[in-house]
Amino acid sequence: MATRMNKTDVVIVGFGWAGAIMAKELTEAGLRVVALERGPARDTQPDGAYPKVLDELTYNIRKKLFQDLSRETVTIRHGLDDTALPYRQLGAFLPGDGVGGAGLHWSGVHFRVDPVELRLRSHYEERYGKGFLPDGMTIQDFGVSYEELEPHFDFAEKVFGTSGTAWSVKGQVVGADKGGNPFAPDRSNDFPLPAQMRPISAQRFGKAAAELGYHPYDLPSANASGPYSNPYGCQMGPCNFCGYCSGYVCYNYSKASPNVNILPALRQSPLFALRTQAHVLQVDLSADRRTATGVTYVDAQGREVAQPADIVILSAFQFHNVRLMLLSGIGEPYDPASGQGTVGRNFAYQNMATIKAFFSGEVHANPFIGAGGNGIAIDDFNADNFDHGPAGFVGGSPMWVNQAGVKPISGIALPEGVPGWGSAWKQAVAEYYTHTVSMDAHGAHMSYRDNYLSLDPTYRDAYGRPLLRMTLDWKDNDIRMTRFMAEKMRAVAQAMGPKALRVYVKNFGDHFDTTSYQTTHLNGGAIMGADRRTSAINRYLQSWDVHNVFVPGASAFPQGLGYNPTGLVAALTYWSAKAIRERYLAKPGPLA
Amino acid sequence: MKRRWPLQRLKRLLIGLVVLGALGFLAVLGYAFWPTHTRAIAAPASAADAALIERGRYLALAGDCTACHTAPGGKPFAGGLALASPIGAIYSTNITPDRRTGIGGYSLDQFDRALRHGIRADGASLYPAMPFPSYARLTDEDVRALYAYFLHGVVPVAQADRSPDIPWPLSMRWPLALWRKTFAPSPDAVAFDPKRYPDERVARGAYLVQGAGHCGSCHTPRALTLQERALDESGAQYLAGNQIIDGWNAINLRGNPADGLGRWSEQDIVETLRTGRNPHAAVVGSPMADVTVHSMQHLADADLHAIAAYLKTLPPVPGAGPGFAANDATAKALQAGINDSRGAELYVDNCAGCHRTDAKGYSRVFPAIAGNPTVLAREPDSLVRLILGGSSMPATVAAPSALGMPGFGWRLGDAEVAALASYLRSQWGNQAPPVASGLVARIRAEMPGENHASEEAAHAR
Repeated sequence: MATRMNKTDVVIVGFGWAGAIMAKELTEAGLRVVALERGPARDTQPDGAYPKVLDELTYNIRKKLFQDLSRETVTIRHGLDDTALPYRQLGAFLPGDGVGGAGLHWSGVHFRVDPVELRLRSHYEERYGKGFLPDGMTIQDFGVSYEELEPHFDFAEKVFGTSGTAWSVKGQVVGADKGGNPFAPDRSNDFPLPAQMRPISAQRFGKAAAELGYHPYDLPSANASGPYSNPYGCQMGPCNFCGYCSGYVCYNYSKASPNVNILPALRQSPLFALRTQAHVLQVDLSADRRTATGVTYVDAQGREVAQPADIVILSAFQFHNVRLMLLSGIGEPYDPASGQGTVGRNFAYQNMATIKAFFSGEVHANPFIGAGGNGIAIDDFNADNFDHGPAGFVGGSPMWVNQAGVKPISGIALPEGVPGWGSAWKQAVAEYYTHTVSMDAHGAHMSYRDNYLSLDPTYRDAYGRPLLRMTLDWKDNDIRMTRFMAEKMRAVAQAMGPKALRVYVKNFGDHFDTTSYQTTHLNGGAIMGADRRTSAINRYLQSWDVHNVFVPGASAFPQGLGYNPTGLVAALTYWSAKAIRERYLAKPGPLA
Repeated sequence: MKRRWPLQRLKRLLIGLVVLGALGFLAVLGYAFWPTHTRAIAAPASAADAALIERGRYLALAGDCTACHTAPGGKPFAGGLALASPIGAIYSTNITPDRRTGIGGYSLDQFDRALRHGIRADGASLYPAMPFPSYARLTDEDVRALYAYFLHGVVPVAQADRSPDIPWPLSMRWPLALWRKTFAPSPDAVAFDPKRYPDERVARGAYLVQGAGHCGSCHTPRALTLQERALDESGAQYLAGNQIIDGWNAINLRGNPADGLGRWSEQDIVETLRTGRNPHAAVVGSPMADVTVHSMQHLADADLHAIAAYLKTLPPVPGAGPGFAANDATAKALQAGINDSRGAELYVDNCAGCHRTDAKGYSRVFPAIAGNPTVLAREPDSLVRLILGGSSMPATVAAPSALGMPGFGWRLGDAEVAALASYLRSQWGNQAPPVASGLVARIRAEMPGENHASEEAAHAR
């Protein structure tokens, strides 16, 4: 028999960016909020205490801040006819765990969205015709426009203390020749902080790209370029390029996180409670399954606890949101055979290519410094900024030098043909370590009828509940796109005048590799949209089926973006919170 | 024969001494037990008057009554917090209006006698942990307001007071009366006179600092007999600091340019009281952090400015002390890669990442080391304790980020901490005496185990 807690107005499942934003917005609306986080409490002190946190072995190799797969994992298979097996070692993606979630261990690349990507299907059909999309590609529109989201992008940047160079503000071009991105949509305000300084490797990339006629710009980063106080009064210290961002707690209060940028303000509110080590098992539904009554979780002592609430926010990691909906019976599970059902539909990832350029001794790259969100990029091949007609694929990719600090254990890249050990390896490391520039094409990833999420028929978690099963593989469109991007990026790399290049790109016939890290940018599965037959949640991130359940996060993206997802996750969460505050509270019920 | 005279004389002398001693003792006892007569103050028209209660609530915040009278995790004002004394812990009392265990049965006069005179309802004297020598300056009106608040604005809690852990005979209370009668001022003798100050604002600040705020309880040096050397600006040692409170140094609040507030603007002081930080310094250590969180951040802007204005009127403590004369030689050397002392090496390895090679830090986020009163204080306890165990800024409504510095005690030995602290006190224009490793060892021994040097650090030593 579960312990029954006093009812609260709102229960939040998962305390990463989406959960923290919702908690702040809804306590501001006067609601009592209980946030449940299944991992431990984490904060700059003590988890990011200098210099202990500068420890690659503890953090990135032994994966201190990531999900413990021994309690719960996912199973993965490539196709409908395969048997999925559990993901037993973190590799391809790294879900966060603990207060701050992945928002504590992210690197800080903080984009908005290319407006075209919010209406991707409509846009492609309009420009290239309905026949352009390959069979089985299920991309669709978000159901919300850039103009609707702009105020929320703007506010999120102020909360995150984002550093960058604007191209245009209120229609006025302000960033020409200063590092602004001419492909970026218009903004209502400049970035709250100027762009960070440009490391020498990024400068080389920008120079070469400009020589080829492309348009280099400063990556917008949530790594503070100066001391900063956000609208909540939460403070950041300036980034000092220590290079320990992705996978680490920032010791310097420089990298935006829920812990640094929102939680301190929430702690001042008597309406807010955060319970850690609270593992939510399911959303509890009323008898008619039209409303949620709260959630049931397991606490740190292993006791089952029922937390009744009027509103349930599912803001766990992307695939945990989907799994909780499936386990709780919210919405109809997606069936790839019939194409019916919505929960689990349109699961997508990121489509990366990487090039390492090796230079002779007089060209320095200073790989030991870095900042996770910092760099110089081009958008000439992102979104639909070029003609996809002759290219023959759907999707785009920003390209960049995003130097985040090369660390010894995870490996030092060397030219092809160099042995992986011994004196030849040592000699090559000595020769190339400080003379290597790494660049990425951070491609979008489309959604397809048979890339989806479902409950696994075989494997269960520590609480006896079915694991989530991923069915995911690369399609021809993806390979064509990433190979196109790699070639464009190769030209930029060549223009930098390297001694050698090493290109990491997928080939036709390659399958999704779960062992090598690509990104943690998983998308979809509980997607938003204007049509309840093809989306699990409406444009306000509200469940079509259970109106007091809201599901913010990248699980709402109908396909993967060219840009990193966090900025859009934050803006969508503020957008959803506004709808709850201004409309739902006055009249609880479906908002669309 | 001749030898009897001295014996008889000695005997008489001894008897005389005993009689004198007995008389003296009786006189002392008499002095101690002679009741203190206090002027009864007029009761308000209604003690339950909402405006009066609100005024009392505000004064209770200004006085930070909760700091001592609420135990961690306990009900507000129910007492029970242990206050360490050299002869054993005493426990704060229940000042909620519970009639049996609190002060619900106190008359206004009894309340006043406790608050301003240090006399319990039963006539016994309070331990001077209760700052009645400061509260003596409160006006009658404010005493009435506080009484109204504690009787009508606080939730009664039934929680019996705990007896002190002090063993007999030290636990006898009558000697406290001697202390009280000797050192505590009579409220009427020190009745606050705003005309002593140049303007109303400074007067308001003086009233808050000397009275409810009882800043001197921590910030004014005490005599051997434990009374504060001065209770207002008439004494040159008033708020001169260098008192160690729970291991942290209450800094000099006078106009000294290096270790005092001489180079702080009024706005710097206001920001520090409201947010625990200002553009170049921050509150260090738990005692003042608690004062910031529980008390100062809640004060009206005008009152914080008044406090700051009054503090800015206090001249420097006379005589030679720590100095500061901005000098960029250290920064230039460090920026050129010259780490020519163990202190410089330790600074670059451990500190410069946040505080920068110029030791100016970043505004409001990472405090400056150059010219920082905590660094330059005559007694370097806070600096040493900070290096060993770290500290966090208080989280306030206006500045909720509890920005923290980690401790380095686990990786630095006593000699290293001393070398680093001495470096900090002698570079960038800082001029304060070096720190001895013996002091580091003593402070480390008082701290929890995780701050003790690891075996590797000890080995490196």
